[in-house]
Amino acid sequence: MSASTATRRPGHAKDGGPAAPRLGHGRSRPHYGTHIFLTVMAIMWMVPLGWALFTALRPKADTDKYGYFSLGGAFNFDNFVTAWNQGGFPRYFANSLIITIPTIILVLLFSSMMAFAVSRVSWKFNITLLIMFTAGNLLPPQVLATPLFEMFKLIPLPYWFSDSGSLLNTYLSVIIANTAFQIGFCTFVLSNYMKALSADLTEAALVDGAGIWRQYISIIMPLCRPAIAALATLELIFIYNDYFWPLLFIQSGDRLPVTTAINNLQGTFLSNYNLLAAGATITVIPTLIVYLVLQRHFVAGLTLGSSKG
Amino acid sequence: MSTPTELSDSAAPGSRAGRNTPGGRTKPKGVKRLSKRDKVVLGFMVGIPTLVQLAFVWIPTVLSVLLSFTRWNGLALSDIRAAGLANYSYVFNDSPAFWPAVQHNILWLVFLAVIATPLGLLLAVLLDQQIRGSKIYQSIFFVPVMLSLALVGIIWQLFYQKDNGLLNFLLGTAGTPAAVDWFGNSSVNIWAALVAATWRHAGYVMILYLAGLKGVDASLKEAASLDGANATQTFFRIVFPAMAPINIVIVVITIIESLRAFDVVWVINKGTNGLELISALVISYLIGEGQSIGIGSAFAVILLVISLVPITIYLSRTFRKEKF
Repeated sequence: MSASTATRRPGHAKDGGPAAPRLGHGRSRPHYGTHIFLTVMAIMWMVPLGWALFTALRPKADTDKYGYFSLGGAFNFDNFVTAWNQGGFPRYFANSLIITIPTIILVLLFSSMMAFAVSRVSWKFNITLLIMFTAGNLLPPQVLATPLFEMFKLIPLPYWFSDSGSLLNTYLSVIIANTAFQIGFCTFVLSNYMKALSADLTEAALVDGAGIWRQYISIIMPLCRPAIAALATLELIFIYNDYFWPLLFIQSGDRLPVTTAINNLQGTFLSNYNLLAAGATITVIPTLIVYLVLQRHFVAGLTLGSSKG
Repeated sequence: MSTPTELSDSAAPGSRAGRNTPGGRTKPKGVKRLSKRDKVVLGFMVGIPTLVQLAFVWIPTVLSVLLSFTRWNGLALSDIRAAGLANYSYVFNDSPAFWPAVQHNILWLVFLAVIATPLGLLLAVLLDQQIRGSKIYQSIFFVPVMLSLALVGIIWQLFYQKDNGLLNFLLGTAGTPAAVDWFGNSSVNIWAALVAATWRHAGYVMILYLAGLKGVDASLKEAASLDGANATQTFFRIVFPAMAPINIVIVVITIIESLRAFDVVWVINKGTNGLELISALVISYLIGEGQSIGIGSAFAVILLVISLVPITIYLSRTFRKEKF
């Protein structure tokens, strides 16, 4: 696949090229070369997911009989039902929610407060703090993984709260790590957004006697609604997709969020590729729903920051 | 949709908005003019996030550096022993996995930079022309960006599988001794993993460049074509340089993504047998048999030092203008 992509590229750059200057009134031009190239690429792009879905829809007995690469036999949702029940998906999806929702709320609360402080109040450490937050999000998470793991292990907690007696193996550990890691990104985006808002807004409020908190809650935050919506969607996908922190901190399998748990399912369903395909497809579904419903916000969020690695 | 302007405003404070502000924007209020109550409120608003950021990002980073000079099995704090440079000496001279991991990290970076990123740019340029079905193409290329890298690994596993996977069927080798175990064979699995990573990365780059291309002034292109420049010249001399801020972002994302690469190789075989990466070595030493925190930390510090290069370049470009 990589070879065909590589060889096709140079030729088609030429094909697609000549149309460029006509941009704007190019609708009438057919662009055959471009269409052929894009169609081939799009088909190749859909193959992995399409194959997963195709495999998931076929009973294992039929693929054993006719082979995986065949059309014979029945198509139904039995694998999805079996994978859902055997795989423990209700539990894992619940875990994903337990981790995702508080993280998004904390990240947006902390980062909007921080962004407000560094962008709406002039103070000599503003830039230093903003750099510290932005840089923190750009670090590879593996750099802080070991000390965080040991810190969480050594922080004693009462057993009614955590059965490990520490922060390890709790939802909270994943929430903390994700929150700390994502604040930097959201602070950076929100502070840029808030900087672009006119200073007159808060000056007027100040004259009316509004304090800092009032200015933040009643004036700046409502104006940031588009950015907040975009960031919330983006973070929803980031946290749902996060594989690393739960892998590291959570030892009980039944406490894992779905993205990390799917790796265990790989072991469980090892002998049954149809079930594994169904499990993978089930895991994709929430992201696809977000994609269909909130696509605009998600893309806006991605391009809003662009610093996200 | 106001993404193009938002993009140039926020992703690159050095661009339009950034340049306008020094004169245009009224200075924010100084701290000294605030009432005592407001100072306390502000203290909390700055203090809590900063504390979280310090405690769970920066202090661990510093601790990583400190731990890399110690010998520790990760059990009791009192077991920590100073080790000097012994961990680094082990990593550079004796660790069997270190140099392969460095090679793989470099390969990862080169592959993303030479194949995946230009492919994303090409898709963006093609889709930026107003062709029919542009939105449908965009959606298709963008779907993998919504998936986690761990899931990408599993979905491609189905595609690459030795006996039941699609690729070997298409090659006609499935079920024969010639069938390649794409993820299991240590001489090909890095390439298989890179194709899977490209599947996601190219879509990501495409969406960023699509936003960037919309922000390029159309009159620049008109002027170039009036001057007789052909499409290739217009693109490389006018459009591409005009996207400088987004280009920097893409370069940084590509470097950082390749340093962070972890999920795919961990899903495949925990980053062993041909898929060693520095990030995976850190974790192997942390949770593997006979934890060796010092050696794992030395790997983490090497990763940190390399990462600081793109991070510094990005930060200095982003914040340079604001200092004055």
